[in-house]
Amino acid sequence: MSTEALVPWLLVVPLTAAILTLLVPERMRAPVSWIACVPMLAGAVLITVLRTGATIYSFSGWEAPLGISFTVDGLAGGMILLTAIVSAVCAVHARTSLRDEASANAWFWPLLWFMWTALNGVWMSADLFNLYVCLELLGLAAVGLVALRGTPEALSAALRYLLAALLGSLFYLLGLALIYGSYGALAFTTLSGVLEAVPTVYVALALMAAGLALKTALFPLHSWLPSAHGGALTPVSALLSALVVKASLYVLIRIWLHLTPASGSLAGAATVLGLLGAGAVLWGSWMAWRQEKLKYLVAYSTVAQIGYLFLFFPLVTSGEARASGLAYDGFVLMLISHALAKSAMFLSAGNLIFAVGGEKVSDLAGINRIRQTSMVSFGIAGVGIMGLPPSGGFTAKWLYLQSALITGQWVWIAVLLAGSVLSAMYIFRVFHHAYLDGPPQATFRTPSIWLESSAMFLALSSVLIGLSAWAPLEWMRLPIFKGSH
Amino acid sequence: MQEGLLPILVLSTSLFAAAVMFLISERSAALRNTVNLLAATVQFLLVVWMALRVLGEAQYETRLSIVAGIDLVLRADALGIMFVGLSSLLWLCTTIYAIGYLEGSPNCTRFFGFFGLCVASTIGIALAGNLFTFLLFYEFLTLSTYPLVVHHGTDKALRAGRIYLIYTLGGGILLLLGVAALYAYVGNVEFDAGAMMPIEDETLFPALSWIFALLIAGLGVKAALVPLHSWLPAAMVAPAPVSALLHAVAVVKAGAFGIVRVIYDVYGITFAWHLGLLEPLAVLAAITILYGSLRALTQTDLKRRLAFSTVSQVSYIALGIALFGPLGTVGALAHLIHQGLMKITLFFCAGNYAETLHISRIDQLDGVGRRMPVTSAAFTIGAFGMIGLPPTAGFISKWYLGLGALDAGAGWAVAVLIASGLLNAAYFLPPLYRIWFGQRTEPWPEGNFPRWCETSPWLLLPTSITAIMSLIAGLLAAMPFSPLYWADVVVGRAYLQ
Repeated sequence: MSTEALVPWLLVVPLTAAILTLLVPERMRAPVSWIACVPMLAGAVLITVLRTGATIYSFSGWEAPLGISFTVDGLAGGMILLTAIVSAVCAVHARTSLRDEASANAWFWPLLWFMWTALNGVWMSADLFNLYVCLELLGLAAVGLVALRGTPEALSAALRYLLAALLGSLFYLLGLALIYGSYGALAFTTLSGVLEAVPTVYVALALMAAGLALKTALFPLHSWLPSAHGGALTPVSALLSALVVKASLYVLIRIWLHLTPASGSLAGAATVLGLLGAGAVLWGSWMAWRQEKLKYLVAYSTVAQIGYLFLFFPLVTSGEARASGLAYDGFVLMLISHALAKSAMFLSAGNLIFAVGGEKVSDLAGINRIRQTSMVSFGIAGVGIMGLPPSGGFTAKWLYLQSALITGQWVWIAVLLAGSVLSAMYIFRVFHHAYLDGPPQATFRTPSIWLESSAMFLALSSVLIGLSAWAPLEWMRLPIFKGSH
Repeated sequence: MQEGLLPILVLSTSLFAAAVMFLISERSAALRNTVNLLAATVQFLLVVWMALRVLGEAQYETRLSIVAGIDLVLRADALGIMFVGLSSLLWLCTTIYAIGYLEGSPNCTRFFGFFGLCVASTIGIALAGNLFTFLLFYEFLTLSTYPLVVHHGTDKALRAGRIYLIYTLGGGILLLLGVAALYAYVGNVEFDAGAMMPIEDETLFPALSWIFALLIAGLGVKAALVPLHSWLPAAMVAPAPVSALLHAVAVVKAGAFGIVRVIYDVYGITFAWHLGLLEPLAVLAAITILYGSLRALTQTDLKRRLAFSTVSQVSYIALGIALFGPLGTVGALAHLIHQGLMKITLFFCAGNYAETLHISRIDQLDGVGRRMPVTSAAFTIGAFGMIGLPPTAGFISKWYLGLGALDAGAGWAVAVLIASGLLNAAYFLPPLYRIWFGQRTEPWPEGNFPRWCETSPWLLLPTSITAIMSLIAGLLAAMPFSPLYWADVVVGRAYLQ
């Protein structure tokens, strides 16, 4: 069967759901969303299983450069499936956890679907302008989700997020304009291999990279992230950390892989990105360790983990095919396992906050009096975040280490190992408080089975992905890295 | 039945018990105890079955691909069987003990859950068929023992937990770097007696040497090699069954076992000798043996004295391996089992004293031999074993270690063994004297125990079993299926290759 028909399916279904959830009465929005998750999951699974090579779909038959065309290759397919799984599980969690927040519960669902549409658009777009449009839509949906809570802090966090997202888009648009001015084209297929090593191109690429780095919250441009992710409603935090920050990074990777000039060295740019990533790992972990509030700790952990993802750039430009292949595999696996582990961690953290009735890490004292499921899922997710076995984070780190060792890049090895130690510091800080005994009069609520099982499902997936990493890696390998194994 | 699945089955019995623990409620004590005892018994029987088959040259191997070129391999070979046997036997004993010890205390399900995970990781370490699998379970062991160390949730326990983490995670990082580097330079590292090693390529020798140093440093943390040993006495704050398990089987033995694997199955003993890596290790082990014994002398707390004794005794294994010769290796491997049996006996006894009579310091032991004769007899057997007096198991392993040292022409190692034996006597005989000949003036505290038994039968039964076994392991050392016999089989197979 041809997978072409799935491309519009993956865009039209969420868009329809978004509009439908706006139209139906508020109490019907969650059930409608649950039903709409089914075709989304089915589409995502089908495109992963059935796809052979890259699927290219052009709307109304107009092909690039005139029309809009979408491409689903391994990387895009994997992201579509990841998005479907994480979003569906977050929808399960949100149905219960948002029940008591009337206005948030009403608006969460349409925003979720706009976000999902935009994400699928980003994964499948193959031209710079299309990506811009999808990123804008994504940014607006995400800002709306952050603002849902309605408190002054949430609104100010949303505003900061909005400013960062708009500024990022502006940079990106400037770079895009420069490329368009010089080459008159925006599609990857047209531009690939055409760009020359001239100052205009470099400036354009640098502008786009800066804009995308801001949207991805790469250190030191990360300061908008902790309040946006840490202060949002729990399922929103999970979605933002797991998926939304990855979208702008994904665009950067696409540009890096498709649009860099054939001649001229990228080693300098790669080193800069790698060093910023290293800074993110160190600074993010340190700040996570210092946080008083549990969800802010998890949010700063995202800042740190984004740093790992940026180590991809120096590792992939080492010049050795095998090391590049390992770096790409490590990157893909790191991205997936962070998405699973971090969403599991945010959902567990939300459950724990619900259970103890306080947002601080120190409020966890005495949590041992109730069922341990949420603490265990937090722990399992933590294993993945620390990069300890058995987890996807560990396998990803292993692949990175192999890549760095083959080419003797000791700086990045040191960063990877230091990152493990630092993340253990802040994760075990949470366990430390969980083992203390709290005030005897404190009362605890046991989270419902829906809340706990959704977090546990994601946590266990983050472990399983590490033990069977060959499967997603095989699906998601791009042709340029195929020969390296 | 597909017999290749047997290692997985053994592993999953403890995983299953752990999973059940995390699902059931704290109140269902009967269910909890049944599941744990049943799982431990089933596992032990499976291991016995597997051991018999492996002796008959059967091969068990399960492979699971993780990423291209990296497999998760579980394989039962003679050396692995030794460690699996020890783990599953002592899991059974410790489960019985823990049921009695934790009766009526809070957070039991959490305790047994992590306990099961801890045993599962030990089984995984024993059955690991390549270095990657070993690393996986080795790190998982760190994670699953942390909750046991901090189980009480007191400030002291949490501080000990922090020290434990700093040491073991630090060691884990070194080990990870070493293993990753070995894979990068050599390729897939199976446990195959050094067949993968680039013996011809001298340019790699310096790299292989520093990788060896990294591996030993990473493993040395858990094996408590000086100066990486400080976590062990600190971890004494854990509940008695945990101390027993940590010290006799899981953690310290995982480190020692890893050293054996690295030297024998990764580098190959001859190649390691050729690179000149064994001598520094032997010296380090000798220093640890003496230092541990000296520190044990000055401890007034019973469990801390036992802990420093462990520091010293575990390094006998490293010393025996590093001496390069079949006899020393036989002694080392036999000691892996013997020391486990004897040390767990001693910790069970310390736990019995603490639970029954609230004795934790050595100067409180006066006259306890009359109040608790069975426990004290068990303690005496364990202590005699540690000193190395015949006919206990400790004598057998020291005898072979001594022969191995003479065989290798390392007279200094014999001197170390003798000095350590004397030091062991110096720190074990005074408590023994107090137990049997000391006079107690005040009455003993009353406890809630049956009239016919000096303490809870749950506590006394495993203590007696392990004490009798450490005696039998020495008396019947020449019989089939004794630890010495297994050590012979392992070494015979290794040196024949």
